[in-house]
Amino acid sequence: MTRPRLQAEHVRLGYDERIVVDGLDFDVADQSVTVIIGPNGCGKSTLLRGMGRLLRPRGGSVLLDGKRIDKLPTKDVARTVGVLPQTPSAPAGLTVGDLVARGRQPHQHWYRQWSAGDEDAVAYALSVTGMSSLADRAVDELSGGQRQRAWISMTLAQQTSLLLLDEPITYLDLAHQVDVLDLVYRLHTERGTTVVMVLHDLNLAARYADTLVAMHDGRIVSQGKPDEVLTEELLSDVFGLDAKVVADPVAGTPLVLPISAHLRDEA
Amino acid sequence: MNATLAADPAPAGRSALHRRRSRRLLSLAALVGALIVAVAASLAYGAHPVPLDAVWQALVAPTGGEDDIIVRSLRIPRTVLGVLAGLALGAGGALMQGHTRNPLADPGLLGVNQGAALGVVTAVVVFGVTTLGSYIWFGFAGALIAAVLVFVLGTVRGGATPVTLALAGAAVSALLYGLISAIVLGSRQGMDTYRFWHVGSIAGRELAVAGQLAPFLVVGFVLALANTPGLNSLALGEDVSTALGRHVGRTRLLGVVAITLLVGAAVSACGPIAFVGLLVPHIARVLTGPDYRWLVPCAALLGAVLVLLADVLGRVVAGDTLEVGILLAAVGAPGFIYLVRRRGLSRI
Amino acid sequence: MSAVRNIEAVPGRKQVRLGRLAWSLRPRSALVPAVCLVLLVLVAALNIGRGSSDIAVLDVLRTLAGGGDHAETGIIFDLRLPRTLAGVLVGAAFGLAGALFQTVARNPLASPDILGITWGAGVGAVSVIVLGGSAGQVSGAVAELGVPLAGLAGGLVAGLLLYVLAWRRGLDSYRMVLVGIGLAAIGHNVVYWLLTVGDVDDATRATTWIVGNLAGVGWEAIGPLALALALLVPVTAASVHTLGGLQFGDDTARGLGIRVDRARAVVLLLAAALAAVATAVAGPITFVALATPQIALRLVRSPQPPIVGSMILGALLTVGADLAVRTVAPGLPVGVLTAILGAPYLIFLFLRTRKEARA
Repeated sequence: MTRPRLQAEHVRLGYDERIVVDGLDFDVADQSVTVIIGPNGCGKSTLLRGMGRLLRPRGGSVLLDGKRIDKLPTKDVARTVGVLPQTPSAPAGLTVGDLVARGRQPHQHWYRQWSAGDEDAVAYALSVTGMSSLADRAVDELSGGQRQRAWISMTLAQQTSLLLLDEPITYLDLAHQVDVLDLVYRLHTERGTTVVMVLHDLNLAARYADTLVAMHDGRIVSQGKPDEVLTEELLSDVFGLDAKVVADPVAGTPLVLPISAHLRDEA
Repeated sequence: MNATLAADPAPAGRSALHRRRSRRLLSLAALVGALIVAVAASLAYGAHPVPLDAVWQALVAPTGGEDDIIVRSLRIPRTVLGVLAGLALGAGGALMQGHTRNPLADPGLLGVNQGAALGVVTAVVVFGVTTLGSYIWFGFAGALIAAVLVFVLGTVRGGATPVTLALAGAAVSALLYGLISAIVLGSRQGMDTYRFWHVGSIAGRELAVAGQLAPFLVVGFVLALANTPGLNSLALGEDVSTALGRHVGRTRLLGVVAITLLVGAAVSACGPIAFVGLLVPHIARVLTGPDYRWLVPCAALLGAVLVLLADVLGRVVAGDTLEVGILLAAVGAPGFIYLVRRRGLSRI
Repeated sequence: MSAVRNIEAVPGRKQVRLGRLAWSLRPRSALVPAVCLVLLVLVAALNIGRGSSDIAVLDVLRTLAGGGDHAETGIIFDLRLPRTLAGVLVGAAFGLAGALFQTVARNPLASPDILGITWGAGVGAVSVIVLGGSAGQVSGAVAELGVPLAGLAGGLVAGLLLYVLAWRRGLDSYRMVLVGIGLAAIGHNVVYWLLTVGDVDDATRATTWIVGNLAGVGWEAIGPLALALALLVPVTAASVHTLGGLQFGDDTARGLGIRVDRARAVVLLLAAALAAVATAVAGPITFVALATPQIALRLVRSPQPPIVGSMILGALLTVGADLAVRTVAPGLPVGVLTAILGAPYLIFLFLRTRKEARA
């Protein structure tokens, strides 16, 4: 088996004195969709930030194509790995078009500021997220869903073969959630993009993931196909959630049905 | 969203980008035009007005007449210095506000203004230097030392952030101000130099001053322009900036070096011409929007236009007894407040 | 977590209950001001004791408590107390004004200085010093009254202008900040221009005022100052409960039931009045208003400038600097040392608490 393109080896991640993730190994399966789930504060976002070199490891290493990601030229990394952090904010008055154009920065040089390739990539990223008609609008005036799509569009303009998304569907209504996940899935099937996402919605996670990774207290407690990972036992252990797992009548993937307190009392 | 990944062949986004670009080019061209007008006015008007054709003649074919002498020995130096100082303070101010993401960040916040002032005061009081030409270098040295100090303090243990840079700058500036006050309150000559230096003036400097400082300013401008794409990505937050392949620490360092060279050189030659660097970027942002690749050049040009016009106005209204700073206070600041109320300037 | 009725006290917050009233206490926010208060009493007593004949700290404290001998009572109450008392009151007023401005503007650089209030006071006071100086030979009663009155008027006008010009269908804090720097630009440039108009001695006297000076403050200034603070501080205390909400931004504050624009306007006017009154008495003492809220919030480890802590620290820094300047360089104004003492400490603090700034 060949070495996966992105992997973490004994990685230790944290903020100041607080270590969130310690000694964790994680291989990202190439050309597949990996979704990380887990309760709030379990270290999902920290792991994603570490994998995307937004957070420098305190120990161990994150490897991209076998080389330590923090030693690689950061521009080279940015042409290979696109990262969308949680709730980024744009300066006032910045238009969607300009925001998406900034996604081309890793491909630019001082001697070549803007090329036809950049132009095409921006136009593509705008159109594929349905943002072309809003290119002229200021990002801070958009609705939450439009704003989220503008940021995803910026990350797509980076044209990377790996994509790390931290909660890309928060703030979106269900239709737009499905839109974004469909888009991500198509990037994976049609372009072979490797995708790692942090999601809170377990049912959508199960539906779109090739590999599901469940985290708890900074450790990976389960990893595998959604129907192997998403069990009633895991929900109870990891989330402290009393739930029933049935087969999703639409997709056949696991569907989590929480048992609410008042229902339990009646039963 | 579209059903397939095939891109729309004639996306609306493309024409929008072009439209914005042409609006910004127009603003830039208008500012260049305004600067040319301001330079012409600065060469022609004053206590002794010189007609424009005589100005032209003095520039290309001087005969040694009275007009020629006035234009060549008095007005050219102060005009050149005004342009350079205005460009430097405008560009430095835009960079400063970008790096601190704080609308209250003056380009002197890196300690440059007070450092230069302490240099000048020390030169006069301790070393007995009296000529403008020599204490400029003390000022420049003071500005550089202060900026290095602020950057080191703002950076140690974990990299510069907008908050630490701004607070380190404010603290060091206040400290230096305390030292300056102690010195000038104990020395009549120090006080006399300080009070005239501090109002800011571009009059009475020789052309050689501009020549000596020009290399620093040129390097400063090149670095400032090189810093603008980095600032654009920093404006999206440090995480996104890193994700886009920027080295955050290096981007900040580049900006600090550019600001220090630009503002240090301008301030040591002309005094702190207070608030040009603070007000101008806010106005320029109205013309260009938040893209620093456009904002920095526009703020620079606008700074030069404002400094020259304030200087000319001072000469015309009061026969050269009013320094640039006071005219700026009388006309520039009320204009700025009007703009704030009318337009509601956009946030950084 | 089963029943709603069974609510425990919030962890990390101790409750103090007195009948139907309850306060939540965080240990540091009580401890730090208490320690600073003890320090303040000590430093103030040292400062009062200092003079042509030094009086020991214990004797000063005994005399203040009413137990001193006749000579000491005379010296302390008639001659020495006003200067230190003025330092305490002015420092506290600046600390409070700074904390209020920084909270309303949500900007650590906001202070009565950068928003133009003290420069407005400066235009008034320096005009009297310079224009009255070489031309009119202002001296005696006119100088004693004229400078503080002109300063007070200038500061109040600047505060009102800030409020009027920044108000436009509400008081947006960003607009307030921008209008403030515009006003400061005007005041600052006019003051420094005035310095070039008079002769060097006027400029020196004016600079002494600009830096901030406690020398020569007598009981006649303390009375009005104390009265003004006795009015302003309770009103401020009554309005501060809105401050915690204002910190989060307008929408959240409205959600918490705060009438945002009115609350902000009230706090802004109070802060401006406090700064104007303090400046009128002692000049805009350098750096106190900007630094002490930042020092206090780092010591208390609170998310926003603490009100009481900022006041006590403002008084401590001012009186401490006064003591130091009288020891090291008698004759120099206190404002020379407030920055020289305060700045390194602020820098030290934020180097130690880097993580908080990075988060």
